[in-house]
Amino acid sequence: MKIAVFIETHNAQGIRSAKEALTAARSLNAEIVGITTSNADALHQFAEYGLTTCITVSHDLLATYSSTAIASAVAQAAKSANANVVMFGGNASGKEIAPRVAVKLQAGYIPDVVEVQDANGALQCVRPVFAGKAREHVKATTTVTVVTLRPNVFTAKAVGGGAVTTSAFTPELTGNDAKVKTTGVTRNEGKLDVLEADIIVSGGRGMKGPEHFTLVEDLAKPLGAAVGASRAVVDAGWRPHGDQVGQTGKTVSPSLYVACGISGAVQHLAGMSSSKVIVAINKDKEAPIFKVADYGIIGDVFEVLPKLTAKIKEVTGK
Amino acid sequence: MNILVCISQVPDTTAKIVINSAGNAVDPAGIKFILNPYDEYAIEEGLRLREKFTGTVTAVTVGGDSAKEILRTALAMGVDKAVIIKNAEKSDSFSVAKNIADYATTLNPDVILLGRQSIDYDSFQMSGTLGELMNMASVSMVSKLEITGTDVAMERDIEGGKESVQTSLPCVIGVQKGINEPRYPKLPDIMKAKSKPIEEFSPSSQETRVQTITMDIPASKRVGKILGDTDADIAEFVRLLHEDAKAF
Repeated sequence: MKIAVFIETHNAQGIRSAKEALTAARSLNAEIVGITTSNADALHQFAEYGLTTCITVSHDLLATYSSTAIASAVAQAAKSANANVVMFGGNASGKEIAPRVAVKLQAGYIPDVVEVQDANGALQCVRPVFAGKAREHVKATTTVTVVTLRPNVFTAKAVGGGAVTTSAFTPELTGNDAKVKTTGVTRNEGKLDVLEADIIVSGGRGMKGPEHFTLVEDLAKPLGAAVGASRAVVDAGWRPHGDQVGQTGKTVSPSLYVACGISGAVQHLAGMSSSKVIVAINKDKEAPIFKVADYGIIGDVFEVLPKLTAKIKEVTGK
Repeated sequence: MNILVCISQVPDTTAKIVINSAGNAVDPAGIKFILNPYDEYAIEEGLRLREKFTGTVTAVTVGGDSAKEILRTALAMGVDKAVIIKNAEKSDSFSVAKNIADYATTLNPDVILLGRQSIDYDSFQMSGTLGELMNMASVSMVSKLEITGTDVAMERDIEGGKESVQTSLPCVIGVQKGINEPRYPKLPDIMKAKSKPIEEFSPSSQETRVQTITMDIPASKRVGKILGDTDADIAEFVRLLHEDAKAF
């Protein structure tokens, strides 16, 4: 198996989902080559995660970020490398680029993968379906397979470092390839996004009003966590849509997910059930959230959260 | 403006999922099927574009006869035309995209709208796959859309913020919550929609590229340790999280 891994950097920082893709690729005992359209100066950050060779793709039309131009360039580079698997981290850019690459390579496309296996030299993947209620084991019936991995599921493992051998590649691109252009990026300043957080503390209807979210924020602080919310809370206007975890919101897989006053409707579980450790605090012992929780407290969030925050501060010292 | 909205029929989120006897698909018996929730935003956006620019909104879906239900919903919301592409074979996302691309080629739309993902297979790929098959621009996860002439300006959600993206018509746009508030169809419109014609389109290809080998229900690996709310419980809870689970 020869796997081409899409290597992406933002502002000279190697992004985590690309490191996760390298880790997943390494678990398959395959020949691995990176493909990057980013600045090659940041490649050493990936050496630590097992990148030894990388195709550096450059073209004038790649100077302005264009998802469609990158898709054309990556497809051409993957073809030149004779890769039979092209692997992307499933972040917003990976999900945008990968389906187009798959069509260009006449490849089967397998998105949102949570497990990869080598089945007699062919890639087989597991992915959650039906809001996480079932899983499908799938493979492509084509020569080439393109996959994206669900973020934060494959924990990026450092394996020492070394040098990255690069080879330059110039794709053939025309203006038609660059038909989508990114004109700017607005960051939520001073706020950790649930998609980027290792720990998430979410509040639901049990918080009873937007003013009580300070209790959730207070617990998030010593944990260095992002604050999330259930759909009910977002629809009621207590929290912004960007905070919503679950169906019609964001799908997250943090190391720790703390659900405060969230009953655990299927729509919510769909967005967080692949979290590594799930914790619930709810006064209703029948709440469905407890069925997916590793640890739980049956109690009133208004009494439990301040005590919990104080106890966690003792441990973290923050 | 010639607007095409692609919609899909999915099991209701709360439906109990049972795997069929072959072990490779969901048993549809007893499942209530609904219009994919994200597609409501796509229909609504199509209607708003028509209100602004005049034109025609066509809703298309791929599926069996039962999928006509969601086309009736789209008609009740106000689309002008409904089309079903019959594809009863075991299909994958590629085959659905290919079917829609074949139909869209006959329609020559200015803009193709769809929901950012369907909630059954969550494969999040239709806008890109369809865009590439149509040789059109595609942008997914769009929460703001502004069309001026043939210029299309959009905002899409990314990790930790928003990305501003520009392209031009024709293009494929995957929309999501935040872009609009979908209207509820009114009862007289629901009644009228029942007798409106639904056009049929025969797909040229049933080519698939991904095969489901098996499907299963995941076994819960959760610890399931549930405590009370005494001070001792809370102390033990924090100890478990910190020392046993090493969660923080």
